[in-house]
Amino acid sequence: MLEKLKDLGILSPRKAEDYKKAWYKFSRNPLSVAGLVIVIVVVALAILAPYVTPYPHHAEYYVDFANANQPPSLAHPFGTDQFGRDVLTRIIFGFRYSLMMAATVLAIVTPPGVILGLIAGYYRDRWIDTVIMRIADIFVAVPPLVLALSICAVLEPNIFNAMMAVSLMWWPWYTRLVYSMASSLRMEPFVQAAEIIGASKIHIMFKEILPNCLGAILTKVTLDAAWVIILGSALSFVGLGAQPPTPDLGTMLSDGAKYMPTIWWITVFPAIAIAVIVLGFNLLGDGIRDIYAAEAR
Amino acid sequence: MSSTLLNVEELQVHFKVYGGILKVLNDVALTVNEKEKVGLIGESGCGKTTTMKAIMRILPWNAIVPKAKIYFKGKDIMKMSDSELKRLRRRSISMIFQDPTAALNPVFKIRDQLFDIVKYANLEMGKNLSKKEIEEEAIRLLREAALPEPERILDSYPFQLSGGMRQRVCIAMALASAHELLIADEPGTSLDVTIEDQILRLLKQIVEEKRTSIILISHALGAVKGFVDRVYVMYAGCIVESARTPDLFREPLHPYTKGLLAAVPKLTGGGIPSGIKGRVPDYMNPPLGCRFVTRCEYAMPICEKKQPRMIKAGNDHEVACFLYGE
Amino acid sequence: MSSENILEVINLKKYFKVSKGIIKAVDDISFNVKYGETFGLVGESGSGKSTTGHIIVGLYAPTSGKILFEGRDISMGVERRPLALKKKIQMVFQDPATSLNPKRTVRQIIELPLKVHGICHGDTTQKVAELLQMVELPVEYMERYPTELGGGEKQMVAIARALAVNPSFIVLDEPTSALDVSIQAKIINMLMRVQKEFNLSYLFITHNLSLMRNVASRVAIMYLGKIVELASTEEFFYNPLHPYTKMLLSSIPVITDEEEAMKPKKIISTGEIPGALNVPPGCSFHPRCPERLEVCDKIEPCMLEIAPGHFVKCHLYNSARA
Repeated sequence: MLEKLKDLGILSPRKAEDYKKAWYKFSRNPLSVAGLVIVIVVVALAILAPYVTPYPHHAEYYVDFANANQPPSLAHPFGTDQFGRDVLTRIIFGFRYSLMMAATVLAIVTPPGVILGLIAGYYRDRWIDTVIMRIADIFVAVPPLVLALSICAVLEPNIFNAMMAVSLMWWPWYTRLVYSMASSLRMEPFVQAAEIIGASKIHIMFKEILPNCLGAILTKVTLDAAWVIILGSALSFVGLGAQPPTPDLGTMLSDGAKYMPTIWWITVFPAIAIAVIVLGFNLLGDGIRDIYAAEAR
Repeated sequence: MSSTLLNVEELQVHFKVYGGILKVLNDVALTVNEKEKVGLIGESGCGKTTTMKAIMRILPWNAIVPKAKIYFKGKDIMKMSDSELKRLRRRSISMIFQDPTAALNPVFKIRDQLFDIVKYANLEMGKNLSKKEIEEEAIRLLREAALPEPERILDSYPFQLSGGMRQRVCIAMALASAHELLIADEPGTSLDVTIEDQILRLLKQIVEEKRTSIILISHALGAVKGFVDRVYVMYAGCIVESARTPDLFREPLHPYTKGLLAAVPKLTGGGIPSGIKGRVPDYMNPPLGCRFVTRCEYAMPICEKKQPRMIKAGNDHEVACFLYGE
Repeated sequence: MSSENILEVINLKKYFKVSKGIIKAVDDISFNVKYGETFGLVGESGSGKSTTGHIIVGLYAPTSGKILFEGRDISMGVERRPLALKKKIQMVFQDPATSLNPKRTVRQIIELPLKVHGICHGDTTQKVAELLQMVELPVEYMERYPTELGGGEKQMVAIARALAVNPSFIVLDEPTSALDVSIQAKIINMLMRVQKEFNLSYLFITHNLSLMRNVASRVAIMYLGKIVELASTEEFFYNPLHPYTKMLLSSIPVITDEEEAMKPKKIISTGEIPGALNVPPGCSFHPRCPERLEVCDKIEPCMLEIAPGHFVKCHLYNSARA
């Protein structure tokens, strides 16, 4: 009989149905869908930058003083900067750096942050909890820009060190999020049941508790992407992030700021670009939270 | 008999959810007369609370009401304007919820919560009370709900009170504006047995003294038995039987009512009966005919095709089942 | 003596330290459970009945006192219990919505004990299917998530999980109080059937006396951390002695006249259970007790065996004997 059930596909997991349901909950809010569209468009533009931009070579060393500081026109929809480079092209390439920064930092930060939070939360009120959480507190206590400034001052100002600095101060937030969830989930009867059965600590932490934290973690990752982009741009703005001629949105802002308000387009368009990405990730994050919030009820 | 206070006919409520529409309430009809104590029993998810929310017009946003006639003293509640509704809720009908902890705002003292209710309920009656009069009225209401030291209660936050006291506060609040009908939605379920017993005895005494009508919703058959004059039995969004309380418990007619009564463990022992087989139908695709057909041991061919109507089966005893005619 | 008892609880105490003082959740209780019987533990919220169950399965280590399981001392937390012991003692929780992980499928849930205890290696489908059939659930439920099942069905999955390791003792902590009566009947019947089939012993915890009447062979009633009366079910219901037992019995809503006749008439429920931090001195029930004597608020009564197997902790019977 079991073989027959397997053949009928009844015993196979039904992922498609789960995705459909998640999409239903997500799409209840049109703003979430808008956020998703923004993020998809930005990511697609960043990946396809060399093919979709009108002047891909403007993203590198390129000087054309003849066309410098041109206002927006058909040839240059967002105008050109003080070296005659197309602003639109550089913004689209700038997305690459912003997204890479976000992806790298979050990829570095999330796994250790989550694992430490799980351990501390599950062993709440034991010595290991105290050790992990006090270390996390120390990192939280240092203002991010100060830490980034000091790291970049000691080493050298480049995008790699900037990401290192941001990652160092970012992981404790994941630890704290997962810590608070894990320390309440460990009292749930389903965790107690696993303990009574005799399941291993690893199983309880990773198979019982962690799956119930994923929704919150995913929401935070999405919302944090926006924050990392802002922070990365801020670091570049003060000259500690990406170095010229890398087309970074923060660098572009700081370069253009001197020419405000006459040559406004060099500054305003990158600023709008940052705002759009941040908005996109924020709306997307809200939508993801809706998926999991409805499930929790 | 005395005149009709609330009359609900052909009430249908659907909910829009993922994958389609839940057809929850299916032509619910019930009547409450003046000074009458009516019980509504049924298991969780059968639509008891939804019916009451429809009457109070506090259904959630995803509810659809394709059909409804809800008359309160001859006026259609479904057609009332916002100001008429406000008036209705402030002076005529009030509701007591299952969980008193959730019904009280944890950050305000009882004083703040009760005073507002008293103030607006009286304003609606054309009485503008002074602060002192409001306090006197609030204390009177708390006394009525059998709370000792009402002055101290007024200055407490909900978390400083026990579950039973919180429910009494909720009763006092409801009394402020329930001059004609009180709806009690499982008022003792979240409390201990001894406390539930106290709360039910109190409620009964109050409605009898004030000559208010009450609808008592419960899944606990025993709680309803000692309380109400007439009982409606609800199954999967349909009223399946209605009768005077002693008749229903002595001689249940609908197979569901029979099964439900048999499933209750008896204090006299005798073991646990078998319960009712199967599960509640899917509200998205409910059976075409009787909604109980999949679980009924007397199911006939007609039960699958046609929805049974309520038919008279005795003095004040109605049942929606083809076993008793068509 | 110990040969007929699967479980012996001796002077068990569990105190919790909180910021405002000490909560005596379980305060010096003793009872035993015989092989193959259903021992009932009744009480209202805060009586310590669930804490007692939790200590027996090892979720808490007792403050003092002993628990003997098949003659062996098991008064330690679950972390320090050997795996072979965990296989013998299982638990079914009150609310199946929280006792089953919403992120794991029915198969994963039932599979866990099979894998942990090495009952099944490789493909567990066959064994999981057998367990589902044992609790009368369709095999197709294997790949479903708990959220897709009804309350009763979830509880059956939880029972299947407890049965998977072939235990000899199960703590049932209000297994049906979150469920409807028609489903309750089905679950209780199933529990009674598997009890016979596998010769299981149950500790049945509930606040529902009517239910207790029909499932338990012996009953103990708890009030504020103490057992106040313990008797065989017949004795307990037809000859209740403690005023609290009588109050509880008179409070139960019943549906037939025969039941109504059984309820003690004289005692009407008054007062509420005091907070666990300010337990009244002497007999902790004295502020609510309609038959209070002068000594009741001064001296705590001790447990007396009034009739064979019928214990009560009340001064009324103390003085009667003296």
